[in-house]
Formats: sequence, C-alpha cells, structure tokens
Amino acid sequence: MRDTVEPYVTEDGRTIGGVVMELKNITLRFGGVVAIKDISFDIREGEIRAIIGPNGAGKSSMLNVISGFYTPTEGEVWFEGKPRPKMRPYQVAQQGIARTFQNIALFAGMSTLDNIMTGRITRMKSGLFSQALWMGKAEREETEHRAAVEKIIDFLEIQHIRKTPVGRLPYGLQKRVELGRALAAEPRLLLLDEPMAGMNVEEKEDMSRFILDVNDEFGTTIVLIEHDMGVVMDLSDRVVVMDYGKKIGDGPPAEVRNNKEVIDAYLGVSHD
Amino acid sequence: MAPHGTSADELCSVPALLARNVQLYGDKPAYREKEFGIWQCWTWAEANEEIRAIALGLLALGIERGEYVAIIGRNRPAHYWSMVAAQMCGAIPVPLYQDAVAEEMAYVLDHCGARFVVCGDQEQVDKVIEVQDRIHHIEHVLYNDKRGMRKYDHTQLNWLADIEAEGRAARVRLEPELEARIAELTWDSTCVMLYTSGTTGKPKGVVLSNRNIIETAKASVAFDHLGQDEEVLAYLPMAWVGDFIFSIGQAMVAGFCVNCPESPETMMTDLREIGPTYFFAPPRIFETMLTNVMIRMEDAGDLKHAMFKHFMEFAKTTGETYGMPRYRNKQSKPTLRRRVRWAYRYAMGIGFAVETIIENAVRGFFVRLRHPIEARKYFKARGPLLNLYPQPLRDYFNYRTGDVLIYGPLKNTLGLSRIRVAYTAGEAIGPEIFDFYRSLGINLKQLYGQTEASVFITQQPDGQVRSDTVGVPSPGVEVRIAENGEVFYRSPGTFVEYYKNAESTASTKDPEGWVATGDAGFFEEGTGHLRIIDRAKDVGKMADGRLFAPKYVENKLKFYPDILEAVVFGAGRDRCTAFINIDLTAVGNWAERNNIAYASYQELAGHPRVLDTIQAHVEEVNRSVAADPMLSGCQIHRFLILHKELDADDGELTRTRKVRRNIIAEKFDDLVTALYDGSDSVYTETEVTYEDGRKGKIRATLEIRDAEVVTPKPEGQVAA
Repeated sequence: MRDTVEPYVTEDGRTIGGVVMELKNITLRFGGVVAIKDISFDIREGEIRAIIGPNGAGKSSMLNVISGFYTPTEGEVWFEGKPRPKMRPYQVAQQGIARTFQNIALFAGMSTLDNIMTGRITRMKSGLFSQALWMGKAEREETEHRAAVEKIIDFLEIQHIRKTPVGRLPYGLQKRVELGRALAAEPRLLLLDEPMAGMNVEEKEDMSRFILDVNDEFGTTIVLIEHDMGVVMDLSDRVVVMDYGKKIGDGPPAEVRNNKEVIDAYLGVSHD
Repeated sequence: MAPHGTSADELCSVPALLARNVQLYGDKPAYREKEFGIWQCWTWAEANEEIRAIALGLLALGIERGEYVAIIGRNRPAHYWSMVAAQMCGAIPVPLYQDAVAEEMAYVLDHCGARFVVCGDQEQVDKVIEVQDRIHHIEHVLYNDKRGMRKYDHTQLNWLADIEAEGRAARVRLEPELEARIAELTWDSTCVMLYTSGTTGKPKGVVLSNRNIIETAKASVAFDHLGQDEEVLAYLPMAWVGDFIFSIGQAMVAGFCVNCPESPETMMTDLREIGPTYFFAPPRIFETMLTNVMIRMEDAGDLKHAMFKHFMEFAKTTGETYGMPRYRNKQSKPTLRRRVRWAYRYAMGIGFAVETIIENAVRGFFVRLRHPIEARKYFKARGPLLNLYPQPLRDYFNYRTGDVLIYGPLKNTLGLSRIRVAYTAGEAIGPEIFDFYRSLGINLKQLYGQTEASVFITQQPDGQVRSDTVGVPSPGVEVRIAENGEVFYRSPGTFVEYYKNAESTASTKDPEGWVATGDAGFFEEGTGHLRIIDRAKDVGKMADGRLFAPKYVENKLKFYPDILEAVVFGAGRDRCTAFINIDLTAVGNWAERNNIAYASYQELAGHPRVLDTIQAHVEEVNRSVAADPMLSGCQIHRFLILHKELDADDGELTRTRKVRRNIIAEKFDDLVTALYDGSDSVYTETEVTYEDGRKGKIRATLEIRDAEVVTPKPEGQVAA
C-alpha cells in the first residue's frame, strides 16, 4: 500500500498525500570523500519522514541536499513534480522549505518575537522605501505578519518569553524558538536537524508533542534527523536508514526495526 | 436571618445580575483576556451573548435542572461563562483545581456525579478520559482549546465553540425553555459547589446558595466602595472560593471588568499591563514579588541602590501618612480629580526636590560665610542642608520626591501603581513584607475567611490596618470566641451544607447557624480587631504542659526570604524541633553571589554555609519567641534542612500550599526520630512524584544542627 502514490489515511486519521519531493540516485562527493552514495527515496505530502543512522552516516549532508545548500554531484532532486535546478539557499526557502539547525542558529541579542519575525522575511512584499517611511502598505503588512507570529507563539506556548532576548533562554526553549522561526515561513516542507539533541526527557516529550501538533494542525510535511530511536519510532511514518553514505533501509518504523542490516549497523558488526 | 426571602432589589441569582449589568453597563468592558499578544475585550452585552449561546448549547445537549457541571481549567473568560451558563440552565457549576492529578480529580468527579465536564485544554481532557472508565456518569466532555484534539474520539467530546454554534442555531426552539429556567432561580437555589482543599482528609463539597454569594458580595463591595471602574486580574485557581467571589460574585454585583492573563507564566507581565485597582493575593505572591525586587536591587548600580535604601527607610515611617491613595467614602468615580491630583503630586515632587536643593545650597552658602562656627555646629547636628520648612511639610514633600524617584517606578514595575484596595489572606503575612507594601503607598489589607463563609469573616477597614490582626467582623457577620479560644461565626454567607455529608455538616454548623472555624484567636482590647494565633487543632501542649503553637513559630521562620516552608514538631514532647525548606530563588542567588557552586536543590540545602545562615535565623526566631512568656516553650532546639521541597504532588502540602503536618510527620518519621535522639546526621530515602505522575526515589544524608535557645528569666525554667 505504501508503495503506491495514491493518498491514504493513517491509523490516527491523518491523510498522506502524493509525493512532494523525490531524490533520485543522489551522490555527493567532497573531493575524494564520498558523503552520500547513490541514494533514492521520496517524501510524501503530510508525512513525518525520519532519517536515522550512526554518526558520520551522511544524514546532515542529506538534509543539506534537500535544503539546497549542497548541490548533489550526481542525481536529481525532484520537487513538486519538477527537477529542481541549482539554487541559492534563499531561493529554496522561497519555494517553501524551512529548517532548523543542529547547533542553534538564532540571533542571540534579539527577542523571541523578532527572531520568529525574521522567519516571515520571504513573505514580506513591501519595498525598502515604504518600510523606511512606514507608509500604509508596510504597516498593514507588519500587522499581518505579527498576527501570524503571535499564532505561532501561542501554538508553541512561549508567550512568557515573547520579549526576552533569545540568548538568555535555556537550551530547550531556544530550540522551540528555532522551530517557531521555521514555522513562521509557513513551509510545505520542514526540515528538523536533531531537534531533540541534548534535551532531558521532559523537554523531549514536549518537543515531540509540538512536532506531532505541527504535522497535525498545519499539515506540514516534516523531515527529521534524530538519534533517539524511541523518538523516531514513535513519531515517524517512514524511516530512511543510512550508514556510511548508503541507504540500508527504508520503510515504516516497525519494518525498519527488524531489518537485519539496520540492526547490524547499530550494533556495530564489522563491514567487509 | 430567615432562610427564605429574596434580595431587596429582586436580583436573586447571578444570571439576573448579568441581565441588570447588560442594561446598565452594556457597552462597558466585562471580560478581557490576552491572546495572541493583544488584550481581547468583551463588553457586558457581548459576554451575555456568549453566555446565552453556551447555555442554549447545554440545553441542546440535554442538561437537567439541579445537576452538577464540573469545570476544570485555568482562568479564562470561557470558563467563567460556562459557570454562569450552567446556572442559567438550573445546573450547578463545580470548578476543580486544574493542577490536580487524575486520581484527586476522580474523587471529586465521582462525588459530585457530574454528567457534563468542561475542560480547558487537551491536558485536562486527558485526565478526564483517564478516569472515565471508572466513573461512568460522565456523558459529555466539552473543551475550550482545540489544539491537539483532532484525533480524539468525538462521540462524547465536543468543542465549546461548536456547542455555542449549536445553541445559536437552536435559539428559537430553546429560548423559552432557557427563560423559564432562569426565572426559576431563587434566593435559595444553589449558586456553586466548591471543594475544600482538604488540609485534613478527603475534600468536602461546600454548597453555597445564591443568597450566600450575592449577599456577601454586596456587603464586601459596599465595604470597600468598589465601583464599576475597578480592574481585577483573575489568576487564582478557579476552584478556590476567593476567585469565585471576586471574579463572579463581586464582578457581577459591582459590574467591574475581569481580566484573564495570557498564561500562568505571563501573570506578572499581564499584571503590569492591566494595572489592577483591586487586587487579591496570598502572602506567598507578595513574598515572591518582594524577593525579586530585593534580588534585582542587589544587582542595581550604587546610585540606585543608595536611593532605594534611603527612600525605603524614609517611607517606613511616613508611607502610612503620606503615601496612601485617598480612601473612597462612596462608590464614586472621580477620574478627573484623580488625574489632577496625580499631576499635582508629580509636579510638587520634582519642583520641591529642585527648589530645596537650590535654596538650601544658596542660603547655606551665605550662612556658612557669615557665621562659620555656628553653622558648623548646626549642620553637624541636622545634616548637610538647611531645613527651612516644618517637619510634616518636609516629610510630605520628601515623600513626593521619593514617589517620583523610587516608589512610583517600583509600583509600576510590580504592576501595582493603580491599586486602591489590595487584600491578602490565607496565611499570616510577615510584618516586614506587609510594611514594605504599605510604605510604598499600596493599600494592602488583611482579611480572614474560609470557603464555608463565602470568604469574608473579618477584614480591615481603610485606615485601621496592622500586620498582626485580621480586622473587624465584616458587615453582617457575627463572631464569637469559644471558651477554648476557637473562633465561631454566623453570617449571611454561611454555607448551606457539605454535599452528601450530613455528619460533617452537623459537626461544623450548629442548628443556630454558628460555624466553627477551627482557628484559635482573640479580640484585641480597645480596637476590637481579631487576632488569630493558630489552628485550634494544632495548638497543643508540650510534655511539661507549656503551650505549643507551631504555626506561630513557622510563620516567624517563613518571614525570612531564605526560608520557604517550615514544619515545627513538639506536641507532647519536651522540646521543639523543625524541618526547614530553603527558598531556592533567594538562597540560589546568594550562592551565586558568594561563588558557591551547586547542582540541585538537595546539594544547596546540604551546604554548611546555608546551614549556618539558617541557624542564625532560627536563633533569632528563638530570641523573639522567648520574648513572649506564654510561648517561650516553642523555641527550636534542633533543626534540619529537608532534602526535597515540600510539594502538593507528594501530598505534603494542600493545593493551596498549606502544610499537612501529620502526613509530613508520618512520611519523614525517621527524620523526626533523629531530631529527638541526639544524632548529628541521618540517612534517608524518600519517594517523590514527578509532575507527569511517575515516581522516583531520592536519597540523602542530612546534617542536624543544634540551635541556641534563650532561657526565659522570670520563671527560671530550664529549657531542656
């Protein structure tokens, strides 16, 4: 059933649509180092797609390929039914792909509100001139964007830190703000690079709930890299497993968990 | 005191008061809530529309007369509306504590037999679903916040907004039924049922009639001359009688606006934005605010710090006289006069500061020139400035200057600039804390009350405020002191009964309507103010027959910012000992300042220097306790700092954060034994419950310290 492109409804009542992005035979080389070796998989509308693998498996490189930061040496990225040409990262963002970073990349001196506001940048239309003069259009636009940002603040339950400079916040909250900024762009595809790294159990539970809620409320397609196997198995609809730049497994969590190669990779069987 | 009858103005129920408010104040704000960063406002007319829509929706779901509707959630307009809507349908609202775990909730839901439950959000719905397989009478669960609720099975679950829409659609069909049910409400129908926090045993459902609530609200509104223009912030638990009286009773009677914070964490910001004129808080909130001010003043620059110290010292003696807002003597609204007064005060403050400095400098210069020797003597005696005005006038102008420089900005930061009347109750408040707020010109008063009395038993009138009394009996309340010192009262607010518990009702309320408070106290000679010593039950005797009043000593200990909670033992023993909980904010800040590294509460609590500090506090308390010959036996001989914070989740405190002495004594039995057997340290293991309900264990070795005690001189008794 999952191999067809027909939309289907999951057990918990979400609709998974057609293919949004397809990665065809991606290979990525840095000089002589091969980071990704001939990997193909697809991402479907409305699903939570996890990429897992041991350290150095090429997960983050894969995410960078999806986000357009790296251009694959070989292979093609198809987005919304068209091959995607080589792009600058901001052009990718304009297409509706947003991401968070493994190491938090927020503007530490700016407030939570302003940080999330920067996520709206691709959607701002008024020109430099009208913004400088604060004329009709710019003001109207600001109000609209502020309303959108406030919805996100409410959604992520960070009202109490609205005006606090981000640099002063604890780690878990900064991660949440970063998620907020990615959400502010109203992405079709949301890339999360280790959203739960370095968190305690309670923070992880909170974050998981937010990820599920984002997927549920906004219908956002989510690609997520995560180390915590429990989290991955609970959250995701389908999992890609990578090891040494190769794809060694792909499918629903239950299936991947029993895949011999995956077990070997995680338990560290010697490679020949 | 006839049990039957009606109110003088024929307004016998909350829905009737609502209808009157729509008539009188239709376009004035009734409810505000901050959402999406903006204060959303509903006028009385709009609120009425919403409430009626919910009521019609409940009727459409088949709500019956006299049934109970449970409401669980934080303070939000929709929850208040649901309560009034339930009353319109002839049902009885039962607000529950939202932070209670599912187990505690199960007891109350089962006991009141609610068929309808209104939940705030997913978290509350989850708890109700968890207990639903045991409690079968729950038929409809309504929720207010839609978030995360899509995947739930909606056969019994409804979004409040959908119910409202359904109600609006069925308006023509159901309106006559609703009108009929509103008209049926009488002075004696039940207004609300509130569960006590259960300091002792299981919570009891206190049934309060319309007469109880409305008459009490009317009397207390008149007592403080509350007008339609008051602003209040509703942030205390909805299940607590105080919130019901303030946010529904008094708000409906006086017609003022109830403001709901955005989330519990933003309460302080919201407080500042709203600037309430009428405010209620337990002592703990005032304590926390003061601790925060002190911590931030420590970090402030030298100039600010010096100014703060100087003016706060000055205000201690003058604040009461020159700082208070003008007390109202009628329910007037002197807006213009108030503005003119403020402008005048500020102008005077600044003007006088400048004038004094210049004039004194100029005159002083010439005086020093002309009479150098006399001048030196004069200035040495009276300070560097010439004092050209009489003392009261100087104090007045100095206070105004302080108001501009310190008091005003400080009150603004705390969100207390506009306070006309503020109350504190529930526990004793530290005299230093109380005086701090009073000297800032905040009309903070004390009241004494309980759920069974619809709050008010005694309260302090404007101008007769002291930290050690709880005031004179509220209008309409009779108070009597029994032989053993226990306080009894009889009032229009006296509750009808405990729900399904005739036995407790009979033992609390006698046939004449006198209710035992369970507190021991006495009326002060001359002033007629009531003073509360302790829980009558807790006041005991020590082994040698001396009086033992643990709360009295605990309160003295808790007045130190470093100490969060204290539990004193000693009933039936030869000497007193204590458990101490340190305040992590205050002590943590002190630790940082002194380069003491710590990783957890437990580690900080065990630090020798922390123990030294606490020991100093205990010894100081001992000296103060010894001054009172009646209570000198309550001096603390030995104490320890607990390795965990006392918590309501572990059953050590009630939900209103009162100490459950017996449970603590039982749970930490090993520690109590160690306090009395003379050992220097004790190893212990304790089970704790985490916020999500899981359990864990913490282990610690605690050091026990001996504190110096004072031997009272006259009796010459040797304190063991």
